[in-house]
Amino acid sequence: MTTEPKKGHVAFVSDCIRWFLAGGLVFKIYLATLLIVMGVGVYAYGRQFQEGLMITGMSDIISWGLYISNFTFFVGVAAAAVMLILPAYVYKDKDFHAVVIIGEGVAVGALVMCLLFITVDMGGPIKLWHMIPGIGLFNWPSSILTWDVLVLSGYLALNGLVPLYILYSYYHEREPVGWKYQPFVFLSIFWAIAIHMVTAFLYQGLPARPFWDNPLLGPRFLASAFAAGPAVIMMVFIAIKEKTNFPIDTNIFFKLKRIIVVAAVINLVMLFSELFKEFYTFTHHSLAAQYLYFGLEGHDSLVPWIWTAIALNVLGTLLFAFDPTKCNPRYLMVAAISLFTGIWIEKGFGLIIPGFVPSPMGEVVDYTPSSLEILITLGVLATGMLVVTLLIKPALVILLRYTERHPEQEKVGS
Amino acid sequence: MDHGKKKNAPLRTAGLLANKCTRRSFLKGVSIAAAAGSAGLVTGGCGSVASSEEAKLKWQEFFKKNYRLMTQEEKNATVERLERLAKLQRGLDIQMSNQAPINNVLYGYAFNVTRCKGYMDCVAACVKENNLDRRTKTQYIRIFELDPGKLDPTSGDGKYFHEVPVQDKFYMGVQCFHCENAPCIRACPTKATWREPDGIVVVDYDWCIGCRYCLAACPYWGRRFNWGNPVVPKEEINTKQHYLGNRMRWKGVMEKCTFCIQRTRQGKLPACADACPTGSRVFGNLLDPDSEIRFVLQNKKVFRFKEDLNTDPKFWYFMD
Repeated sequence: MTTEPKKGHVAFVSDCIRWFLAGGLVFKIYLATLLIVMGVGVYAYGRQFQEGLMITGMSDIISWGLYISNFTFFVGVAAAAVMLILPAYVYKDKDFHAVVIIGEGVAVGALVMCLLFITVDMGGPIKLWHMIPGIGLFNWPSSILTWDVLVLSGYLALNGLVPLYILYSYYHEREPVGWKYQPFVFLSIFWAIAIHMVTAFLYQGLPARPFWDNPLLGPRFLASAFAAGPAVIMMVFIAIKEKTNFPIDTNIFFKLKRIIVVAAVINLVMLFSELFKEFYTFTHHSLAAQYLYFGLEGHDSLVPWIWTAIALNVLGTLLFAFDPTKCNPRYLMVAAISLFTGIWIEKGFGLIIPGFVPSPMGEVVDYTPSSLEILITLGVLATGMLVVTLLIKPALVILLRYTERHPEQEKVGS
Repeated sequence: MDHGKKKNAPLRTAGLLANKCTRRSFLKGVSIAAAAGSAGLVTGGCGSVASSEEAKLKWQEFFKKNYRLMTQEEKNATVERLERLAKLQRGLDIQMSNQAPINNVLYGYAFNVTRCKGYMDCVAACVKENNLDRRTKTQYIRIFELDPGKLDPTSGDGKYFHEVPVQDKFYMGVQCFHCENAPCIRACPTKATWREPDGIVVVDYDWCIGCRYCLAACPYWGRRFNWGNPVVPKEEINTKQHYLGNRMRWKGVMEKCTFCIQRTRQGKLPACADACPTGSRVFGNLLDPDSEIRFVLQNKKVFRFKEDLNTDPKFWYFMD
C-alpha cells in the first residue's frame, strides 16, 4: 500500500478501488460470498422479469410482501445515520465526528437497498421513466409515493456527496471547508426525519387499511429506526474495531448505547399504546392486529414471528439498558443483533402483511414468500452490504492516513 | 420460433415490452386448437418483414405518451398500431376504439339487494366481455352471500359454490365503485389512473408501472393486478375493444371494472347489467332526470358502502 500522496480524480478513484479490494483471505471469501448471493439474486430476478410477479408469494389480497417490508425497514436504517450526524456536527461531539462518515456510508448502503427493493417490486420496471418529471408524469404533490421518491433520492445525494467531498479533501491533504458542506449536513438532519415520516405517510394515509391508518405510525417508525439503525451501525463499528486497525473509541459505544436504549424504550412504550388501543375495545378495525398477534379464522402464519420479534425487542432493549460488561464488543454484538432482528421482523412484514389482512372485503389469507422472492431479497441485501463495504473501506484508509500525517489534529475532522 | 427471437435480439428494449409472453400464450392457444399448420403460417410464414414491423411498432408503443396528453391524431395512431400488433402477434382482427366521453353524461349504478339471487350471470358476462384472465380466474365483480341482518359484504361469503338462491340468504355484488373522490387516483405516482368526465375511473395500461399503490389505497378491493400474463383462448377474445377498457392486458399492470366503457359509450348497458336475469342491476345517466337510475335514487331507500370514508362512490345499493 503506497502512502505517497497523489492528486486528481483518477488517482482518487483508482486508490479507492485498490483499498476496497485489499484484504486477506477472509475478506476475499466475504467478497466472493456477496458476489455469489448477488449473482443468484440476479438469476432469480431474471425469472421474475420473464414470468412476472406471479413467481412471488404475493396475491391480489396481499399485494405487497417481502420487498416492500424490507424497503420500509431499511428506510429506517438509512434515517438513523442522523443519530451520528446530529451529535457530530451540531453538538461538535468529537467521538462521533471521527466515525460519522461510517454512519453515512451505512445510510448510503441502506438507501441503495431501498431503491432496489422498490425496483424489484415494480410490475413494469422498464417503464419507471414514466415517473421522471418532464418526460413522464410525476403525480406530485398528490401521491405520497412521489414524495417518497423525492426524499429518498435527495437523502441519497446528501449522504453520498457530503462524505465524498470530505474524503476527497482529506485525500488531497486539505481540511474540508466548512461552509461548503455544513449547510448540507444540517439539511440532511431534517431530511432524515422526512424520509421516515414520508415513508410512514405512505401507509398512514390510507383509510382503506385500518391497521396502518394510525397517527402513531410515523413517530413509531422514527423511534424504531433510531433503535435499529444505530444497532446496525454498532455492528459495523464492532466489525471495524475487530478486523481493522482503525481506532474506534470505547466512548462511542457508550454514547451509541445510550441513544439505542432511549429510542428502544420509546418504541416499546408506543407498541404498548398500540396494543392497548387494538385490544382493550376490540372493534372491527382490530381484526388485522388479531390476525398478527393471535391468528384469524385459522390463519396464523405471522403469530410465531411477531412474538419472536417482541421477545427479541424486549431482550435487546434490556441487554442494552443493563450492560454489566461495560461495552464488551461481543456482548454488544448479541444485543445489537437481537434488537435489529426484532425490529426487522416487526417493522418489516409484521407491519406490511397485516395491513392487507383481512382484505377490504373481509377475506383472510396467508402469505408465504416464494423461494425466488427470498433469493431476490437476499441478492438486494448482499448488494447493500457490498456498497457499504465499498464505501467504508477506502474511507477508513483515507481518514487514517490523514490523521497520521496531521498529528496536530487531535481527532479527524475536528 | 427461435429463429424469430434471434432476429429480435438487436431490438431487445422493444422486445422487453412484455409482449414476448403474450405471443407464447397465443401459441399455446393455437396448439390447443390443434392447428399446428396454421401456427407455422402465422408466425414463421411472414418471416422477417413481419417481425421487423412488429419490433418497430413495439418501439413506438414504448415511447408513447400518457393517454390524456395525446392529441386525437396520436390517439388514433396508437389504436392503429395496437390493432396491427394484435394481427401480427395473435392473428386477430380487433376493432379498438378511443371514443371520447359523451357530453352531459355521468354514469351511475344501483344494485337491488332484494332482487339479486346470486346466479352470477353478471360475473360470467363480465369475464367474457372484458377479456379477463382465465388462468387465474380474475373477476371484477364479486357476489357475497349474506346472512339476514348483516348488510355488509365483509361478513359474507364471497366464495360460495352451491345452488342459489338459498333460503334466508341474500346477495350483494361489489365491483369498482367509480368514486368521485377516489383514493386510488390520488395514490398513483404516474397519473396512470384517472376519472373520465363521464365518471368512469380508468387505467392507462401502457402508462401503469405496476407499483400497486392504488390497490393498497382502494377501500373496496376494486382493482386487480396482472401477476403474470393473462391467458384468454384466442376464440374467446372479445375483439370489440376500447383503449381504456377491455383491450388485452399483460403482466405487471393494474386493471379494473370500467363500467364496460367500450359498450356504455355507445349507449349500451354494461355487460353485467345486460346479463342480469333478475333485473337487480340498474345503470344509467345520472344527469338525465328521466333515467331509471334517477328514479331509483329518488324513490328507493339507497345506501352506499363504507360511506364514512368520504369516497363518494357512483354505486348505490337499494331495497324494494
